[in-house]
Amino acid sequence: MSYEPTIPPPRRLKPWKAVERGLAKVGISGKALVLIAPVLWLLVFFLIPLAVVFGISLATKQFGRPPYSPLLTTEDGTVQLTLHLNNYIKLFSDSLYVAAYLSSIRIAFIATVITLIVGYPMAYAIARAPDPWRNVLLMLVVLPFFTSFLLRIYALTGFMRGNGLINQFLGLFGIEPLVMMQTDFAVYVGLIYSYLPFMILPLYTTLVKLDASLIEASADLGSRPWQTFISITLPLSLPGILAGSLLVFIPAVGEYVIPALLGGPETLMIGRVLWDEFFSATNWPRAAAVAVAMLAVVVVPIMLLQKAQNAVVEK
Amino acid sequence: MAKKPNLAVDTRPWRDPAAKPFVRIRNVTKRFGDVAAVSDVSLDIYRSELFCLLGGSGSGKSTLLRMLAGFEIPTSGTIEIDGQDMTQVAPYNRPVNMMFQSYALFPHMNVEQNIAYGLKRDGLGKEEIAARVAELLTLVKLQDYGARKPHQLSGGQRQRVALARALAKRPKLLLLDEPLGALDKKLREETQFELVKIQETLGVTFIVVTHDQEEAMSLATRIGVMNQGEIAMIGEPTDIYEFPNSKFVAGFIGSVNMVEGVVTEDEPGHVRIRSTELGCDIYVGHGVDCAPDQTLWWAIRPEKMMLSRDKPEGLNGANVTHGMVEDIGYLGDMSVYQVLLDSGKRLRVTQTNTVRGNPDSISWDEPVYVTWNDTSGSVLTV
Repeated sequence: MSYEPTIPPPRRLKPWKAVERGLAKVGISGKALVLIAPVLWLLVFFLIPLAVVFGISLATKQFGRPPYSPLLTTEDGTVQLTLHLNNYIKLFSDSLYVAAYLSSIRIAFIATVITLIVGYPMAYAIARAPDPWRNVLLMLVVLPFFTSFLLRIYALTGFMRGNGLINQFLGLFGIEPLVMMQTDFAVYVGLIYSYLPFMILPLYTTLVKLDASLIEASADLGSRPWQTFISITLPLSLPGILAGSLLVFIPAVGEYVIPALLGGPETLMIGRVLWDEFFSATNWPRAAAVAVAMLAVVVVPIMLLQKAQNAVVEK
Repeated sequence: MAKKPNLAVDTRPWRDPAAKPFVRIRNVTKRFGDVAAVSDVSLDIYRSELFCLLGGSGSGKSTLLRMLAGFEIPTSGTIEIDGQDMTQVAPYNRPVNMMFQSYALFPHMNVEQNIAYGLKRDGLGKEEIAARVAELLTLVKLQDYGARKPHQLSGGQRQRVALARALAKRPKLLLLDEPLGALDKKLREETQFELVKIQETLGVTFIVVTHDQEEAMSLATRIGVMNQGEIAMIGEPTDIYEFPNSKFVAGFIGSVNMVEGVVTEDEPGHVRIRSTELGCDIYVGHGVDCAPDQTLWWAIRPEKMMLSRDKPEGLNGANVTHGMVEDIGYLGDMSVYQVLLDSGKRLRVTQTNTVRGNPDSISWDEPVYVTWNDTSGSVLTV
């Protein structure tokens, strides 16, 4: 018996294969095709608007529509590009802006630290909970998101106002009503309450991956539970701590709704300054400059942090 | 050369009823809900022994080890280590260290920091820690790897770091959970010898949990075979292999041919068993604790049987049966023959290949006689 090798007849190309080959000729692979959608999305809804905002920040306020001067003007056949930097100069020279930035960062920082202190034990407990409980507890953490953020902040006023639930409860014991609304305290309560899930979830994901045998090994080598926590659990959950802190800190810096609804007139946060600049003073270029500067305030430390984190990982 | 410590492997303290055990496990039971993972286990382990707990998955061997380390508290019973009751003592207060199956090396610390971790807890001085770490790195032959992180090491190197870390505090008792399980075969064989060598130089008592019988046989001074939470047999490797006390132990360790039979002669000097399964009588050349007409089992290892083309004489008309070679597995050093007996029972017989490329060797479909000595098999009643 002899075996004759046969050459299979050339198969017809499937239509998508043909498309793929056609695209490959122009240098577009399937991978690039998948990436095009998110890239386009970011371009249209993030990068271009950001560029527009940046452009506006270099104009000056004027009456009319739009309420800012055009950057490009044509006059007598010459094209002129006018960039006004005084919006940015004003950010540094006017103490209001500097104070607002510093105050925002301070409030966001304190809120982040408290959220971490409150969130860490919760995340730890969820990660160590028995299997059937874990999903229920996680669900409870996410549950507040089923209601609108704005509604939840309004609901908080119901707790904290002069004749709110807390003061009614205190009244039962004859305690004078506390002033909580329109204070920094209320702003912290709002920030911590709203951003706690953003702290718990990344912490949970790192803690749940933590190998239980590492904890046992540490105990086996003579570490008491608190020593194990300091030398094993905490350093190994550092990525979660960083991720959670950034997820809380970044939106908290620019937060507008919480200080507007819960804070008093002396609660100075950059989000409110921006709002006032935009809607009350109708100074779009100034507002745009405030926004761009805020972005820089938030982005620069994140980039530094990430660089440090990468360096740690590579070591 | 340093003087060899007085080792259990040489003195065999378990044969001396007056010897004081180092680890004393008394009637220990551990329940998880309704399931008893370990039930009523009593076990004595002597100083500088290398004791292997051998069993399949779910046999309770790991749970027993975890109770010795202090990660689990027994539901009932006591554990004594070096004369002290340790049943309720927390892991960080026990003079015991464990080498984990997954090694459990701290990923954010380098090799030196991993090894020094337990020493720092003991509050030793910096120089002393450095000296001890260097000593241990030499012991496990990783002198140049101190600054590496665990993820930069191979599996075998990680295994040695884990061993060094567990030995760092000079524990009285070292527990090893499947110490060689994650290594490939060749590395495992090398490491086995290294492990025994380290154990013998340090004289530390080792308790090793393993599911690998070959590993247990080559490592252990004694083996405790576990089955369904109970100790099925405790003994030296040769006892376990040659003189199993039950059908379970005989079947679990190595391969075995087991047949059922009825006692026809029960004399102080010999026993005769009629086995229809085997198609012949079995003559056992020593007394057995049994009664006439009792049904029992007889087990024999494949290498204890011989094949021949001519009918052998046999013993008092017994210990010879006839069949046909059904299959041969050539393993190089030996060949495994599967013989289909006239009674329908299949036997596994191994023959050492003493002659190179023997043209006269027994081959497929050949009728053969199978025979064995009167002391080769074990009579089992349970």
